Amino acid sequence: MILKTKLAGQVYAFKSLTDVMAKANDEKSGDVLLDRAARTVTERTAAKVVLSRITLEDIYENPLLAPEKDEVSRVLKEDLGLGIYEHIKKWTVGELRNWLLSHETSGEDILRISRGIEAEAAAAVAKIMTAMDLVTAAAKISVPSTCATTIGLPGTLSYRNQPNHPSDDLEGIKASLAEGLSYGAGDAVFGVNPVEDTVENTLAILNLLWDFMQKFKVPTQNCVLAHVTTQMKAVEKGAYACCLFQSLAGTQLANDGFGVTASMLHEAYDCIHKLGQAPGPNLLYFETGQGSEQSIDADGGVDLMTLEARCYGLARIYKPFMLNNVSGFIGPETLYDGRQIIRATLEDHFMGKLLGIPMGMAPCYTNHTKINQDDQEIATMLAALAGANYYMGVPVGDDVMLAYQDTSYHDDATLRELLGRTPAPEFFEWMKKNELMDEKGRLTAKAGDASIFY
Amino acid sequence: MISENDIRKYVTEILKDMAAEGTSSPPPAARRSAASSVVSDDILPDIVEKDLSDEINVPNPHNLEALKAIKKKTPARIGVWRTGTRYLTDTMLRFRADHAVAMDAVFTEVPEEWTARHNLPKFRTRCENKDIFLTRPDLGRRFDPQEAAKIKSLVGQNNRVVVFVADGLSTTAITTNSMDTLKSLNDGLSSSGIKTSPPFFVQYGRVGSEDSISEITGAEVVVCLIGERPGLITSESMSAYLCYKAYLDIPEAKRTVVSNIHRGGTPAVEAGSYISDLVKLMLEKKASGLDLKL
Repeated sequence: MILKTKLAGQVYAFKSLTDVMAKANDEKSGDVLLDRAARTVTERTAAKVVLSRITLEDIYENPLLAPEKDEVSRVLKEDLGLGIYEHIKKWTVGELRNWLLSHETSGEDILRISRGIEAEAAAAVAKIMTAMDLVTAAAKISVPSTCATTIGLPGTLSYRNQPNHPSDDLEGIKASLAEGLSYGAGDAVFGVNPVEDTVENTLAILNLLWDFMQKFKVPTQNCVLAHVTTQMKAVEKGAYACCLFQSLAGTQLANDGFGVTASMLHEAYDCIHKLGQAPGPNLLYFETGQGSEQSIDADGGVDLMTLEARCYGLARIYKPFMLNNVSGFIGPETLYDGRQIIRATLEDHFMGKLLGIPMGMAPCYTNHTKINQDDQEIATMLAALAGANYYMGVPVGDDVMLAYQDTSYHDDATLRELLGRTPAPEFFEWMKKNELMDEKGRLTAKAGDASIFY
Repeated sequence: MISENDIRKYVTEILKDMAAEGTSSPPPAARRSAASSVVSDDILPDIVEKDLSDEINVPNPHNLEALKAIKKKTPARIGVWRTGTRYLTDTMLRFRADHAVAMDAVFTEVPEEWTARHNLPKFRTRCENKDIFLTRPDLGRRFDPQEAAKIKSLVGQNNRVVVFVADGLSTTAITTNSMDTLKSLNDGLSSSGIKTSPPFFVQYGRVGSEDSISEITGAEVVVCLIGERPGLITSESMSAYLCYKAYLDIPEAKRTVVSNIHRGGTPAVEAGSYISDLVKLMLEKKASGLDLKL
């Protein structure tokens, strides 16, 4: 492994693979904050050059976080498809990029080698790709998943209906849910972030969503995004749930902060497999975002983009129904402005798809970041072009409980019509039957009226 | 080339679509008249002040009464309707306006005039400007030695209770609320004979700046009145973070917080007297945060 290069007459020497990985990253305020970022554009480019010559075997044999010290590294290593890895380990990161983008390489080809690609290798190749590279490669890969219904099929675009309420008022939740459903949002999941992380509250919201699904025969799944242990208890107490949710991080230390371990996630899978309402096989819903480790001082010295890839490596062990990326949620100390958020959105979507994850995207922003609505909409359109499986749906993009802005019910309908995509098959039929959508997936005159459900 | 006929056909189709979606009918064709547009002195109404809680834009709803009822159940922006798949102009402008107010609350500096008017000495954390403040939470908790010396000489080291104001993530929140809270807080404490430091202002201050302030001044209880990150609903929300014998990198669980201080939440004056009760309790129990049983 060579860690030095001459570039434009100057020699750039990097201390370690960790250092090259961090410095090859496009600018992110989080890496700057921890003094891991390249100091100049040329140094950044030199790091990309060095990284492009490194082989997948170099990456495998030089772990950024030692498996003996970090549970995530340990389970990632155990999960790697060594049989496949053996065939590709001599490839350099640069060769991997060329292969991914080649006309000769199909999405199926990519998924065939996916299990032999480490999370760190996925991050490495993304670091030497441009925005259009990231979109082009990701657009080849389709990763459908099935909980109660199937999302992520080619030609479809799905949405989580996210009817959050600042005090978990059930009627208030139902109001936003109905509004969103009339716009076609909710084929991925009806999913609520609760204010109160209690078993009773989780149970009440799960059953509200479930009853709504039953009453109007909506072909979808429900979820309440409390802590996974709270959800398990709610389900054990008789709550009707289709899938269980948990936030994930890319280091053991950060997962400790989230109160989550690898074995807890296996327990969650077993619990929902046994007591849940959906056939599966994909029964878990994860959320991740660049910078979550750093925000709680648990990054282990690794750059935030690579840690994000490790989340996907961890997630794929559990064959999730969906993984939602919320990189804009933390704030300017991790991603500073519109340019950084757009870049992170495309990177995350690509890395997830490469690792075989049914990726959904939440290009979002908080009010203390230099990101405006245009940046968010640009990120959303580009990720849709890249083939994201689903997005969030929030009333006018204003989440009144989490106090941030995300994609809206209107954006959901817009992207489908722009790209000629339709909802998940059963849900599409339901929309047509209820005269909310025409054959092409266009909203009808009835759509947008929540009162049809009252 | 697009012919006039094509355009006419196109416009007719759009109008038909709009009518089908129930959008209000198109504006009547302008009549030819002299001087139809003159500059007026009138002021357009403030769209941010408009109460959206009973505004329903859905034309011919299936159940208008139900729609009215559910609007009352949530502050979420529902019943807004659409043009094609996009927001109606006023929905879009209101969203942009609310976001603008929120951003300005974060990015605007506390005016010199405001600190002068309230006789607040100003100290700065290690952040040199707003950008550094937003991207370096670590620097927003600390002071340079020179600044620390100034704090020490001005605030002194004989106060059991040190109270200060920090901009945090909303200038609007503290210029709107902090002086009212401070006054009722001081009234509450002085009636119990507890002496507090002269108040001061910390520019580019995070919550953790109170840990440095506590170390510098040797206060028993430190109270930081700080602007919360604005949402689209309000930019005026302030929090008070209280801590008993704080030190740098103290666990967050040791802090007691009173949040949501604004006219739509806990009013500033009421918050001040509540905080003074909390301070007395902390002095008595020698604890704060989870260690303080309320």
